[in-house]
Amino acid sequence: MINFIFTFFLLGGIIYSFFTGNALSVNESLIQSGEVAISMILKIIPLLCLWLGVMKIASLSGLLSKLSLLFSKIIGPLFPELKKGDEALTYIATNIVMNIFGLGNAATPFGLKAFQLLQERNPKKEEASRSMITLLVMNTASVTLIPTTVISFRRLYHSSHPTEILIPCMIATILSCLLGLIVDRIFAKFWK
Amino acid sequence: MHFIIPGIVFLIVFYGFYKKIDVYEAFISGVKEGLLMALKIFPTMFAMVISIDVLIKSNALNALITLIEPICFRLSIPKEILPLAFIRPISGSSSLVLMSDLLKTYGPDSFIGRVASLIQGSTDTTIYIIGLYFSSIGIQKIKYSLIVGLLADLFAIILSILVVSYFFY
Repeated sequence: MINFIFTFFLLGGIIYSFFTGNALSVNESLIQSGEVAISMILKIIPLLCLWLGVMKIASLSGLLSKLSLLFSKIIGPLFPELKKGDEALTYIATNIVMNIFGLGNAATPFGLKAFQLLQERNPKKEEASRSMITLLVMNTASVTLIPTTVISFRRLYHSSHPTEILIPCMIATILSCLLGLIVDRIFAKFWK
Repeated sequence: MHFIIPGIVFLIVFYGFYKKIDVYEAFISGVKEGLLMALKIFPTMFAMVISIDVLIKSNALNALITLIEPICFRLSIPKEILPLAFIRPISGSSSLVLMSDLLKTYGPDSFIGRVASLIQGSTDTTIYIIGLYFSSIGIQKIKYSLIVGLLADLFAIILSILVVSYFFY
């Protein structure tokens, strides 16, 4: 599937640009977007190092498994494949909490580590597990209490109330996340 | 807000020290793990960023949007927000530019400005996240995750329009 998306995006874009005489911008894109990828990874490396470093301390001190017992009570039912007190649950919970507080970049290392652990528990290594998909839905639906970037852009364009969207945004994001989780449950049940 | 991250770091390091583990050695081995993970996800990031950028810069997406405009007109989705709705799941930086344009053109307190704010704030870059997370552990068979992720985005877009309509008008 990812193979298909990659091929479709790349070939679709190139062919379309040939037909519309837009090849110049695609040429530039191919050469320059690599730099974007580099700057993205440079931004995420310090966060990966910091959080995996700190979390290693939490893991060895036993704090991680204690927290996981606590979190399995709260989010355990969403991840039925995981045993009570599984360490993956703390990474999942932290990922969700960081997203809620709008710390998307800091959330990524926890999400990636959670995925690594979920893969270790995955009986079919080449296929996505149910828990992985649930975690992804919670990430892509992105429940955020305070969308700071949006508010700063609203302020930039002289909104009379930059923060008036806070509560509507919360309603939309929480409802869409819940609907996403319901659809996820339905698919988990009926997907062959 | 500024207390959250330093607070978490303090608690974890303090607890580790109190439990008499070698805090420093543990940290170092975690950092190594972080570097390895970065090395593992970089090729994915590179591939995703390039393919997404080519698609957007070629304008192919805009052509696709013009094709489905009539359908959205029937569903009373304002056509001004269509490009944002389509690019939001694909690219975070491009959708931010689109939202900024919409706020500038129609005003942040207009119907379109508010809907754009809500869409940007209530969804995330689904396709990029799915690509990154699954590739980081080498999974190609992603099953129903893309469908569910995009459905959640669709819900968020429809809800954004509904919530703005009921909340402000």
